[in-house]
Amino acid sequence: MSSIQGVEKMTQDNPVHSLASVAAANSKAEQQKRIPGTGIEARKIHAWFGDKHVIDDVSIDFYPGTVTALIGPSGCGKSTFIRILNRMHEFIPTAAMAGEVLREGKDIYEPGTDVTKIRLGIGMVFQKPNPFPSMTIKENVLSGLRLAQLKVSNQEELLESCLVRSGLWSEVKDRLNEYGGALSGGQQQRLCIARSLAVNPQVLLMDEPCSALDPGSTLRIEETIRELSSSMTIIIVTHNMQQAARVSDRTGFFLSDGGPGRLIECSSTTEIFSTPKDKRTEDYVTGRFG
Amino acid sequence: MSTATIPRPTKPWGLSFRQSIPDLVGAVATLLISFAIVGYSPLKGKLGFVATLLIVSIFVSAMISGVRRDRKAALNSISTVMIYVAGLFVILPLVSILYEIGRRGITGLSWGIFTTDMAVTSSDAPLDEGGLLHAVVGTLYIVLIATVFSVPIGILTSLYLTEIKGRAAGTIRFFVQAMSGIPSIVAGLFIYAVWMIALGNQYSAFAGAMALAILMIPTVARTSEEVLKLIPSDLREAGLALGGTQWRTVAMIILPAAQSGLITAVILGIARVAGETAPLLLTMGGADALNLNPFNGNSSAIPFYVWKNFSLGTENAVARAWTGVLVLMLIVLFFFSLTRFLANRKGRV
Amino acid sequence: MRGFGINFTTRSPSRNHLSAHFILGNSSITHVSTAAPTLPPKRVITTKPRFSDKVFRAVVTTGGFSSLVILGLISLFLLYNGLNVFKSEGLKFITGFDWIVPQPDAGVPAQYGIGAMLWGTIVIGLIALFFGFPISVGAALFLSYYAPEWLKKPMVLVIDVMAAIPSIVFGLWGYFILMPHAEYWAKIIHKYLGFIPIFDMPAPVFTRSPFIAGLVLAIMIIPIITSITREIFAQTPLDRIQAAYALGATKWSMIKAVVIPYGRGGVIGGAMLGLGRAIGETVAVYTVLNIVFDIRIEVLLSAGGSVASMIVNKFGEANPDELKALMASGFVLFLVTLLINFLANFIINRTARES
Repeated sequence: MSSIQGVEKMTQDNPVHSLASVAAANSKAEQQKRIPGTGIEARKIHAWFGDKHVIDDVSIDFYPGTVTALIGPSGCGKSTFIRILNRMHEFIPTAAMAGEVLREGKDIYEPGTDVTKIRLGIGMVFQKPNPFPSMTIKENVLSGLRLAQLKVSNQEELLESCLVRSGLWSEVKDRLNEYGGALSGGQQQRLCIARSLAVNPQVLLMDEPCSALDPGSTLRIEETIRELSSSMTIIIVTHNMQQAARVSDRTGFFLSDGGPGRLIECSSTTEIFSTPKDKRTEDYVTGRFG
Repeated sequence: MSTATIPRPTKPWGLSFRQSIPDLVGAVATLLISFAIVGYSPLKGKLGFVATLLIVSIFVSAMISGVRRDRKAALNSISTVMIYVAGLFVILPLVSILYEIGRRGITGLSWGIFTTDMAVTSSDAPLDEGGLLHAVVGTLYIVLIATVFSVPIGILTSLYLTEIKGRAAGTIRFFVQAMSGIPSIVAGLFIYAVWMIALGNQYSAFAGAMALAILMIPTVARTSEEVLKLIPSDLREAGLALGGTQWRTVAMIILPAAQSGLITAVILGIARVAGETAPLLLTMGGADALNLNPFNGNSSAIPFYVWKNFSLGTENAVARAWTGVLVLMLIVLFFFSLTRFLANRKGRV
Repeated sequence: MRGFGINFTTRSPSRNHLSAHFILGNSSITHVSTAAPTLPPKRVITTKPRFSDKVFRAVVTTGGFSSLVILGLISLFLLYNGLNVFKSEGLKFITGFDWIVPQPDAGVPAQYGIGAMLWGTIVIGLIALFFGFPISVGAALFLSYYAPEWLKKPMVLVIDVMAAIPSIVFGLWGYFILMPHAEYWAKIIHKYLGFIPIFDMPAPVFTRSPFIAGLVLAIMIIPIITSITREIFAQTPLDRIQAAYALGATKWSMIKAVVIPYGRGGVIGGAMLGLGRAIGETVAVYTVLNIVFDIRIEVLLSAGGSVASMIVNKFGEANPDELKALMASGFVLFLVTLLINFLANFIINRTARES
């Protein structure tokens, strides 16, 4: 049976222990793959909304070619944190930040950087699938090219490869000219993934991509994530610990005690789930709270 | 489970027949009393009877409620009757207006009026001569030109309010609201002062269109702002996250998503100004002949045509005026139904 | 606004400050002196917008400011053109009620005073409110709390269609159909209530009076006031209504106790918007009102006027000098309407925010 089905069976049999073994099974296989140059590093990140301090001194190095899951209870700044990674945080009028985000050694917040280019290299998939309603499936996938004015020699090839990589090709290859709204929730989310892939990002940020989907679609998207991680760095925010264990190589645990959110612990997924260093992490992953 | 039958649904809070008897008696009494009053007093005619009926029914229902329960109930009955009357008064004028327009306008209506103008016919001539072609063409011109000017400005204003949201946004929203209250004659005076006095031009359809544009901009701006606010913000975020520039996100994602609502905003604006009269009286000149040049020379439009004929006052002229009103109402109702149709369709998308 | 009652699903006057927003250009987020000594200062985030975005922002901003510009230009041109008249007449322009076109040959100097017209405008506005306001509020109450479900949608449709009817249609209908009936009622009012000064008649001419003009205007402003009032009533908190019923209130006492106090401000704002519309109305008034430059209180008499209809009346034959006076009148009308609308919107927005 496939690794996903194996996971399901294991989690049904023995919830707590199996998370650790699942994590171990996955990350060992992926440890060898490190694609140079696709990583992203966050250093001493702080974030504010007005005077409210919401993220306190978070530093994480996201290694190239890995999948990192960010877990923790709601409201401790995980979504805000990944929005800082692709410079979407600054759209909120009262937002402010401190710290650096480094890509290939350069800070993306350095004055004078072309923000739209940054976002081309760091893609984002949102919680609620949001294909563009006025565009067909084909137009949706290729929309990133039009938005960023990129020239591509063979659009059909790119279209097919993105849809294949996101696992949607076989289902839509005969109806590329239908509107995106006709697809199911899971299919729409995979369409959004394909859309993000079209501009060839090296980093993909995913903000709870499966929380609005049914379990079947969720597992399919997790398969996609595992496959994509061979060519890019993926950072996924999730509330679902089993998902984190299934999908990620490394995990970061966020917690807020009523104040700003902090990174409690960040290491390989196996460690987080079997031998966490901090008691709070252990309490969270064993389900004592959260 | 036993096979007990399910009881039938009843509404025990409704009035039973026995309880309704006093109300029926009261209704009959009201009619009789009203007839009596109308018969013996100077109040005559249909209106007199209706007015008496209302007043008497107020008294009778108040009495019934008062006797049946208490003073509070009597007050309640009085207010209920009056509120129902208010509801009626709102519907009556429209019914009367539509009926009279149909009745009085139909006499002058024929296919011929859409192919001739009044250049060689006097307003007093029999109805089978002359027509309102010049007025229809004029209305078409001014609506078109007004749309061309007001729609870009209106949509740019709403884009400023929703996309750029600069510090002046609150002020601008305030001023747009203020602009929607400008009396139409003031808009006409303004265009007269600028276009004709200051710049020395003559009457033209263009001048009339500019005055209408001033009246149309606030409607388009406010409606399209409402429409744009409804576009979910994660569409915008998705476009930006893909590396899009602001203008491309707006042009390729947001405006197409808001398409049908924006079209509704435009048509609402058109319907608002299509029937305006006062500004045209100051800027167009009111020609009788067809003028195909919108930028120069006296022009007419349907409201102007109605106005001229009404001012003349003779029987045939007045009939022409009613026909013009009929055509105008058909146009306005057409646009009105169009907005309704589009708005309902949008809900299904 | 005069519209067709297209109700979009959200209609909130407040602005959502937390939605996504561009801070392109050299926006800066201010440095904050940190409370805890270990917190680093906030970074100044700058972005260099692409040229195309700069153009976009410039174009949109220009378009956005156009309404300000247009309003400003209107004030400017009307004021400029009427300035001489304001200077020569001074305050008498507003208070005087003679309108004499200068005839230099006969040695008659110009004298322009719109006092009578302003008075007339107020009078017909008040009459319009007197009849229109109760009917509108009553109809709004009817739609909100009394009407059966099947009647609501058609009736709202009726109101929206009425809002769309052009004013010249009301003018014609008012003159040919309403006026005969109104004359009849005016005669009756005079016969039985003639001892009250405003119903007195120095001469028995009942046609084209402020009374009739007020009636026509009342019908024209009913749709606006009804729509706004209905929206306000719809916002009445349901739990207060149910609390009143639970205490044994009849429908009317519930309305008196909960709905009206809650919606009072907004309803007044709606009435003012209706008044603003009535004041600016030109053609409908012109057809049913006989313009006479005189201040009277007898509303049933065929003599009155309003600033707007006077402008139309005199425009056709005005010489350049008189035109300036008309511009000045337009300016006054503009200011008055603006003021009333500002006030009305202020009241409505304030009550909406409080609720």
